[in-house]
Amino acid sequence: MPEPLIDRRKVQQYARGVVRTSRKLRMPQRSFPYAAPPVPSTVEPPPDQSKIGGNYDADWARRPSARVARTAIVETMLRPSVAMVAKPERDGYDRLHALDEDVPVLFVANHHSHLDTSLLLTSIPHPWRHKLVVAAASEVFFDNRIKATLSALAIGAFPLDRSKTGRTAADQAADMLDEGNSLLIFPEGGRSPDGWGQPFKGGAAYLAIRCDVPIVPIYLHGTGRVWRKGQRLPKPSRTSVLFGDPIWAEEGENTRRLSARIEAAVSTLGDELATDWWQARQRFHADGPPTLEGPEGASWRRAWALGDRSRRDRRKPTWPR
Amino acid sequence: MTANEDRTPRPGLVLEVDRSTPPILFHHGEGFRLESLPAGRSRVLYPAEPLNPLDDPDGAIRDALHNPLNDDPLPSKLFAGMQLTIVFDDISLPLPPMRRPDIRQRIIEQVLDLAAAAGVDDVHIVAALALHRRMTEDELRHAVGDRVYDAFAPSGLLYNMDAENPDEMVLLGETSEGEEVQMLKRAAESDLIVYVNINMVSMNGGWKSTATGLSGYTGIRHHHNVDTLAKSDLMDHTNSEFHNRNWRQGDVIRAAGVKIFQIETTINNNVFGEQGPMSVLQKREWEWTARDRASFIGMQKGLQLMTPKARRKIFHSHQSPYGMTSVQAGEVEAVHESAVDNMLKQQLVQIEGQADILTMGLPYLSPYNVNSVLNPILVMCLGLGYFFNMYRNKPLVRKDGVIIMSHPTPIEFHPVHHPSYIDFFEQVLPDTTDGHKIAHKYEKQFAEDEWYRHLYRTSYAYHGVHPLYMWYWGSKAIDHTARIIIVGGDVKAVKRMGFTPASTLNDALEIASDVVGPQPTITHFHNPPTVMAEVL
Repeated sequence: MPEPLIDRRKVQQYARGVVRTSRKLRMPQRSFPYAAPPVPSTVEPPPDQSKIGGNYDADWARRPSARVARTAIVETMLRPSVAMVAKPERDGYDRLHALDEDVPVLFVANHHSHLDTSLLLTSIPHPWRHKLVVAAASEVFFDNRIKATLSALAIGAFPLDRSKTGRTAADQAADMLDEGNSLLIFPEGGRSPDGWGQPFKGGAAYLAIRCDVPIVPIYLHGTGRVWRKGQRLPKPSRTSVLFGDPIWAEEGENTRRLSARIEAAVSTLGDELATDWWQARQRFHADGPPTLEGPEGASWRRAWALGDRSRRDRRKPTWPR
Repeated sequence: MTANEDRTPRPGLVLEVDRSTPPILFHHGEGFRLESLPAGRSRVLYPAEPLNPLDDPDGAIRDALHNPLNDDPLPSKLFAGMQLTIVFDDISLPLPPMRRPDIRQRIIEQVLDLAAAAGVDDVHIVAALALHRRMTEDELRHAVGDRVYDAFAPSGLLYNMDAENPDEMVLLGETSEGEEVQMLKRAAESDLIVYVNINMVSMNGGWKSTATGLSGYTGIRHHHNVDTLAKSDLMDHTNSEFHNRNWRQGDVIRAAGVKIFQIETTINNNVFGEQGPMSVLQKREWEWTARDRASFIGMQKGLQLMTPKARRKIFHSHQSPYGMTSVQAGEVEAVHESAVDNMLKQQLVQIEGQADILTMGLPYLSPYNVNSVLNPILVMCLGLGYFFNMYRNKPLVRKDGVIIMSHPTPIEFHPVHHPSYIDFFEQVLPDTTDGHKIAHKYEKQFAEDEWYRHLYRTSYAYHGVHPLYMWYWGSKAIDHTARIIIVGGDVKAVKRMGFTPASTLNDALEIASDVVGPQPTITHFHNPPTVMAEVL
């Protein structure tokens, strides 16, 4: 067996050292008022004439040259980085065989971490990956020109203004689908604050009905442990990506009902990952779809109940070194 | 023209807090906190933007004096040889003090001009103190202007009233309910009283101006007591026993033949201005620009570096660029109704239903510590007596809910302004915090103490009974709620007042959950600028 060029253990030790050192550095807080405030979704946002944030024009990032550059970035930089910190196990690709490769697809996943987008960019299969655009929070990814340019180029992001209620953002996303792009969307509207999921918003269902495209539910597990909300730097850990059966809107189905089906599909995939497909199906039929949202109650109770929910986390005991 | 005059000011707002809501500004004495409220079950009540001020305030005053409500024009009431007493609201209004020229100056100058034209010589100008402290020369000059002050004060014709001078006060009679009506003798015996109000909240004005403002302890004790205040929605005079009693006293004043020409004015919400570093404090947080945020951070850091004394000096030096939004003159009740209507156009915001928890950030200033110290009793009064009462219909917090106030609450008293407060804090509160017991056991002692009386009359002290009244003022909120929590307050002071201390808002919410359960609804009262809730 040939000698590996890189000692993987040393790389991991070095990465852990970098993480530890950086934690010790007192970085300035980047939350409000040091960073721009988000706009509550229930209010009319103030008029904004800037060319960043929700007004950023990311059309250039969907030109062929930008797509080629993005493929290069994903394959040479993103994929090794994701492999190093997330160690993903990907499953469920066989469920996508039924899809017509020319039809744009709405990929819908639960959301725990900034890592989710990178993980999915390296997990969503051909041919959709090359025409994939990502709806990204304008106040996070497009709040300055450098971040906006990098987000548009590296992950194909376009700004989604979460403060605006519906119409503008939905029109924008529908245009993307109509142009033949596939769309990655996190219907929870933001990363999980505590490891549990949040109620799905109706945007994905609305788009699927309006543009008549299939939805592929995806369940992501473990990304919150790698890089949860509020964590400064990622901490390597295992992750899982599980694709579900495509969902089509039924005749006359309304947004609310389709959204509930999507949420149920994602949560059932989570259950499948925590147990196995059969137990998940049995539980689905016996008790209805499980919830992503966790139990009601004090924060410590929710954290307690979160526990070790995945059989894949149950690592084999390692002999003390 | 200010920037705001270019567009229609936006009305008040009830914000449903969601996950994209930025941290909310809480005033915290001479500082600020940014607090995150739980998403999905919290609301924030925001004041309206400042209404556009009158284009020509002097013209509006002139018009009001010549075209009064339910009364004859002021010039027709003025005649040579008459006694004219012009009375004006004291230092407690407006808050913070307004930039020059003060509205009182504008009005008094015009009234004096008309009096001069009518040949009136006998004019007194009096600060209506009731049981408040005397105003200093600087404060009087600020209120009435240098021209008026220099013309009247040197000859003793512009002065602070003295409600403890038996020779200067007179009893006008009793109401049908046996309430005594006391008044400044000079005013009662004048041919005409012109009362100049600045209405800051809807409690101000009406018969309260004369029945309370020109009275002393003998008259005031009939409505400044626990039982009356418990039955009063203080900011709604149509549903307030406190106002009923003042109005009854007003009937006696009228029956005694006292002629009053009432002038009430309303101001807009421009507390912190639309320019300058303080302007950020009256903007909604999600609209803070990079400059606003830089101002706020700079202000926070700068305040942290200062001594408490320096901080206080800076805050108390702030004068608000208030604009006058209306002026009305004439018969007391008609004027008051009109003034309240105009005030509510600025302040009233409708909100659906009560909450389990009411949160409020208390600023550095209350009506009783202008150029002074907000001591723990005044912290209580500001939160529970004023902010809690800023509602119509029903309180913002449900019965047996929780109030969470944010203020450092230091055990610090202004020894000149608040001498009886010190004794109240050190002697009365360790014994009892029950308003009835305090009234029964201590009120007479504090009200009639000769030393306090001497300080009220000759120094700049609030009346001896004043701290008890402040305590009564908050007693309705104490009865209404199951727990009161002060965030970031001095633990000893907070406990002395019978409240619960908490280090952070999260701790306070955790403590409150014992009373209101684990997922309580929360309303945050985002004041100042002034907002009044109509709870539906």
